[in-house]
Amino acid sequence: MSAFLDLFIRFFPDIMRGAGVTVLLTVEGLSAGFVLGLLAALGRNYGGRIWKGLAVAYIELFRGTPLLVQLFLIYYGLPGLGVTLSREWAAFLALGLNSGAYQAEYLRGSILAIGEGQMTAGRAIGLSKWKTIFHIILPQALRLAIPAWANEPVSLLKSTAVVFLIAVPELMAKAKSIAAQTYAPISAYIAVAIIYLAMVYLLDALLKWAERRSKIPGFEMEGKKA
Amino acid sequence: MESNVILQAKNLTKIYGQNVIFKDISLDVTQGETIVIIGPSGTGKSTLLRCLNLLTRVNSGQVFLDGKEITAQGYNEDFVRQHIGMVFQNFLLFNHLTALDNVMVGLTRVKGMKKPQALEKAMHELTRVGLADRAGHYPGQLSGGQQQRVAIARALAMDPRVMLFDEPTSALDPELIGEVLTVMGQLARDRMTMLVVTHEMGFAREVADRIVFMEKGSIVEQGSPDDLFNHAQHERTREFLWKITELYGNKEKQKGGQ
Amino acid sequence: MLTDFVSYIIQGTVTTICVTLIALPSGLLVGLGLALINIYGGRWLSWLSSTFSLLMRGVPPIVLLFILYFVLGGNGSLINLEPFWAGSMSLGIVSSAYQMEILRGALLSVSGGQMTAARAIGMSRLKAIRYIILPQAIRLAIPPWSNEASIVLKDSSLVYALGVPEILRRAQQLSATSQQPFLAFGTAALIYFVLVFATNRLLDFISERSKLPTQPV
Repeated sequence: MSAFLDLFIRFFPDIMRGAGVTVLLTVEGLSAGFVLGLLAALGRNYGGRIWKGLAVAYIELFRGTPLLVQLFLIYYGLPGLGVTLSREWAAFLALGLNSGAYQAEYLRGSILAIGEGQMTAGRAIGLSKWKTIFHIILPQALRLAIPAWANEPVSLLKSTAVVFLIAVPELMAKAKSIAAQTYAPISAYIAVAIIYLAMVYLLDALLKWAERRSKIPGFEMEGKKA
Repeated sequence: MESNVILQAKNLTKIYGQNVIFKDISLDVTQGETIVIIGPSGTGKSTLLRCLNLLTRVNSGQVFLDGKEITAQGYNEDFVRQHIGMVFQNFLLFNHLTALDNVMVGLTRVKGMKKPQALEKAMHELTRVGLADRAGHYPGQLSGGQQQRVAIARALAMDPRVMLFDEPTSALDPELIGEVLTVMGQLARDRMTMLVVTHEMGFAREVADRIVFMEKGSIVEQGSPDDLFNHAQHERTREFLWKITELYGNKEKQKGGQ
Repeated sequence: MLTDFVSYIIQGTVTTICVTLIALPSGLLVGLGLALINIYGGRWLSWLSSTFSLLMRGVPPIVLLFILYFVLGGNGSLINLEPFWAGSMSLGIVSSAYQMEILRGALLSVSGGQMTAARAIGMSRLKAIRYIILPQAIRLAIPPWSNEASIVLKDSSLVYALGVPEILRRAQQLSATSQQPFLAFGTAALIYFVLVFATNRLLDFISERSKLPTQPV
């Protein structure tokens, strides 16, 4: 036990650096995913044939394949087509595209829950289709999606761990290097697991707080499926 | 004439948190008797019923079934409930089983009956409640009245010593109440021992051997239907009966009596 | 040559399917046990199972995979399992926490009245759970469970990190030898896509068939 604590204290700065990169990756992936997810959801619900097809293809492909495969395809596969990305960019792209597909589904669900009525009402007072979407539908849909969407940041945080396989120096990569230096792999990975737990707990608390702050009484999705 | 007391409640008290649900209730139920318990909502009538088959535990007092104290420490509750049947306000049929399987499951899984025997007995009970032709239907395919009748068949299949009915028609649409009360009336005529909590005054008047009026956690008055309806001794009893007959009187005129 | 190419990666498919077929059912068994003790097992067991669930779901699966691998397999560990088994069982243990939550939700969704009615005809708690509650809960659990099945299938790619020769590792080997990385990894992605798609379809079919009739005949 004391050996474990020694290890923990000795490598703490390094672990924190790794955690920092993890947080950065999460924020980047979440933001990029939000933009992509929004575009995909809009394309799917309101786009013409082509946009709808593209959106569906994107969502199905990135939800239907593992993140790790997507990562390798982008980092190792694209150079074969002449597109070479740095490991940081590859990780960012993979995480963003992956997250976007899942966020698109959350948003699509809540847009459907808002229903056609709101669109009809908006058009009826003279708003164009897209004006209605931006001023009437989206503000409601985004709020409605919050409880289900709150799954995504935590899920993404955990997903970032796989990018260590392309040598991005985030938390899991640190664990591997500590394991190599100390020949105590179990301790190293447990130490890192504890940090992940702490991050997940904090993130969860933050999201719950945000959810409470943004609640409109009586405006909730019943029986939602994530 | 020797009467056989099947179920006996002695000084039952039930407290839930700060509320006294009922206090010092004593009741003797004779074989073949139909007792109807009436009273304002929330007076603990349902809770009393559930204490009789040990679904809920009393805080003090004793319950005896055929002379044996079932509230005693370590007495097998499951065994008791094989001999006391209960019918609930919201039917509580097993949703994943057909009507026939609902009636059979107690026989095969609790009493360990072989399937052919259980099938025969179950069909007999379903026929008794008039639903033999719906044996293969699921609860989702049955009306409220039909579901309740299957629930009655399910309870009867266990050959209980006494049947407890907890507001059996309160959750039914008005036009479906009659079919359930008809089945219950027939059971009473077949000399089943029954304890019924209900607001159906017509049923109480026609079928009950004894009516018990409960209010605020105690028995105010009890007696034959004639006694209570025509010669009630307590003001409260008269008040309640008058009010509730007013409320339900019209319904009965429409049904044209039982 | 292309057929050799594709067939090499497809052989990895068998491994991937095997990993999933070990992880998913074992996760179900353990998850079911955990859900039952969580709901019916009393305070101590309930707390234990809840804590297990929180720990397993709060840490990235790959981290748990590594921890469990070094505990189960590798040199100087308790039972010397090879990567395939260590990886599969680790995925199973991780999945059991998520499946516990799914089954727990489903069990709690079955209304309390069903238990009451079961006890009223003399069933013991155990019998009631077995014959009345569980059959209904399983039906309710199918949609979220299908989701979990997809996830386990996709997470099986993580055993790549343990050196197991599943789809991704074979794709990587092929990419190195053939100098056609996009084709190699693209094929891997396609195979996963087909597997996930087929699994979802199958489970949707089962879900439809298991629905109870509600239309009066």
